[in-house]
Amino acid sequence: MKKLLTLVGGFFSGIANGLLGAGGGMIAVPALRRAGLSTVESHATSVAVILPLCALSAGIYLARGDVTLHDALPYLPWMIAGSLLGAKILPRLSSTVLRRMFGVLMLWAAWRMFAA
Amino acid sequence: MNYFWMALAGLGSGALGAMGMGGGGILIIFLTLCAGLDQRTSQGINLLLFVPCAAAAVLSYIPKKLIRWKTAIPFALLGLIGAAAGTYLSGVIETSLLRKGFALLMAAAGVFQIFGKEKKESTLQQNQIDHRHTP
Repeated sequence: MKKLLTLVGGFFSGIANGLLGAGGGMIAVPALRRAGLSTVESHATSVAVILPLCALSAGIYLARGDVTLHDALPYLPWMIAGSLLGAKILPRLSSTVLRRMFGVLMLWAAWRMFAA
Repeated sequence: MNYFWMALAGLGSGALGAMGMGGGGILIIFLTLCAGLDQRTSQGINLLLFVPCAAAAVLSYIPKKLIRWKTAIPFALLGLIGAAAGTYLSGVIETSLLRKGFALLMAAAGVFQIFGKEKKESTLQQNQIDHRHTP
């Protein structure tokens, strides 16, 4: 049962990620925790899981012409620097304050986007 | 577009993404609301960028033994089927609807981040986990 629930989590994580371009981790992390992984393991494992999903979805977006490599390239060096930084911080953290700050930012964005 | 903000958005979303904390959402928010890009293009940019960043993060997690492969592999296999379905849908759904769907996802993520189950794991347990993984 536990196993099944985990796998279903993987499926929905893929759907969200492909459909909305993000949010796979939001589903993957709690599903992996439910499967018995620790918080840190769940976060790290979710990144490993979402990597192939993103590669598949990104390939389709590219093939469809929704996005070009040129659109994405300027952000690349910054994002790689950021992810190395994040990977360094991860084993040490779970900052509640940071989480809440981003939660507020997300709610604000949701409201702005829904109104638009 | 202001280069400073671009750099900040990239750094922030990269760091959060590597921590599995919804960094992609932050980048898409920035691309649509601040840079004024199309919803579908923004989603594509985030997906594209996540690939090398996630690869870099995964490479750094492997020697720390933070990845549980036995769980990850079946999870990812089903995820790939979901990803194909979700990506197909993203191409047929109207952009405005896609944007609203994304807004709902962000609202859920926001509530989750603010009120989410930090209590389940006491600070003590959190510390134990952290020490176990510190080399």
